[in-house]
Amino acid sequence: MKTKSLPKAILAACALLLSLSAQAGKITVAAAADLKFAMDEIVTIFKQANPGDEVVVIYGSSGKFHTQIRQGAPYDLYFSADIAFPRELVKSGFAAATVKPYALGRIVLWSANLDASRMTLANLTDAKITRIAIANPKHAPYGKRAEEALRSSGLWEKVDPKLVYGENIAQTAQFVLTGNAQVGIVALSLAVNPELSSKGGYWLIPDNLHKPLEQGFIITKRAEGNAVAKRFADYLDSKPARAVMTRYGFVLPGETARK
Amino acid sequence: MLTDSDLQALWLTARLAGIVTAILLLLGTPIAWWLARTKAWWKGPVGAVVALPLVLPPSVLGFYLLLAMGPHGPVGQLTQTLGIGLLPFTFWGLVIASVFYSLPFMVQPLQTAFEAVGDRPLEVAATLRASPLDAFFTVAVPLAGPGFLTASVLTFAHTVGEFGVVLMIGGNLPGVTRVASVQIYDYVEGLEYSEAHRLAAVMLIFSFLVLLAMYAWRPNSRTET
Repeated sequence: MKTKSLPKAILAACALLLSLSAQAGKITVAAAADLKFAMDEIVTIFKQANPGDEVVVIYGSSGKFHTQIRQGAPYDLYFSADIAFPRELVKSGFAAATVKPYALGRIVLWSANLDASRMTLANLTDAKITRIAIANPKHAPYGKRAEEALRSSGLWEKVDPKLVYGENIAQTAQFVLTGNAQVGIVALSLAVNPELSSKGGYWLIPDNLHKPLEQGFIITKRAEGNAVAKRFADYLDSKPARAVMTRYGFVLPGETARK
Repeated sequence: MLTDSDLQALWLTARLAGIVTAILLLLGTPIAWWLARTKAWWKGPVGAVVALPLVLPPSVLGFYLLLAMGPHGPVGQLTQTLGIGLLPFTFWGLVIASVFYSLPFMVQPLQTAFEAVGDRPLEVAATLRASPLDAFFTVAVPLAGPGFLTASVLTFAHTVGEFGVVLMIGGNLPGVTRVASVQIYDYVEGLEYSEAHRLAAVMLIFSFLVLLAMYAWRPNSRTET
């Protein structure tokens, strides 16, 4: 009895999985870690407006998603913190259409225990500050801009020994949140979230100190003709979605940055 | 072929694994001995705690360690009072994390080896007036020799293969916490596949040789007994 029911159970499980994956109206979105809070909100209001659609978001580093999509990862949309990654995917034929710029990111100095709103980059040389977290400049877009800002302020050599590197911008924020680094250079979009902004404070790093953090998204090749993917992509241009993005400190296409 | 930073990462990895193996030999041997000989009811719970890192995701261990060693955690407050500062993002922080992470790989083979020695040789040693400590070093340890080798090799290799915990508490500092596995991850993230390939091949060959050496050596010891 037992031996007979087991294969049946496996078959049933497989059938269930198949029906789930074939369910109409479900898309998977790969999004850069800086979008964590903003994207969660946008998905919530998108679902309210489109009750039939299901959107699953996976957050991580832009570079990793780029590699995964090249290896056939099942993502329908890809939001990158650096527009160069999706551009490259378009060139190599992994996208359904062209890249759409969706925002400019900003970086801030943020601390969980100090009031960073009273600080500037020059304070980082302070002897009391022993650990500064930034995202890994080698591959994380926010890390690259952090390095540029420190270099153009002439501080790089002085603060270099204090730097610790987060795998992506969310881990960088986590190093600061746990107090293991006293300050960090993180995405404004993360620093404005109540969970982070309620502790310490942040200081907006002037955008003339680094190259723009131009962010872009694509609909991937596999989602070509997928109505939900198209609906979600269009929804980002809607008023409610733009309002969320603005609230999280993103500068939207066609708008100017605050200094 | 390999860059300076690759060699630095490999050397750091070897140093970390070597130190962790040495510490665990000192720490794991008494635990394994006790587990092999005791009839106390808490043998079970202790054995389970020792085996925990086998089943726990590295993210769980990394998360707890990051909080515990942080400025608000108990370990962090202790190290700060002692004037050592904070352990995350330091080499010794990684050593402590790896000691936890690799503990079962040292204790379990040793425990099996000690159990295989059995009571008889020790009883004989006792009738010859060997003190328990004497009997341990002159009888139990030589008899459990193969177990020590297996345990050390596994501990070393497992520490070399560590990734998740290092990523969570390391902070990716060259020469300090950027071990080979993290270096490879960085290459892949940065789309530098040829560099990743080279270092990955070194790791693959190393791991294979270690296991090959161990398996090639093991059957002999089995036919002897």
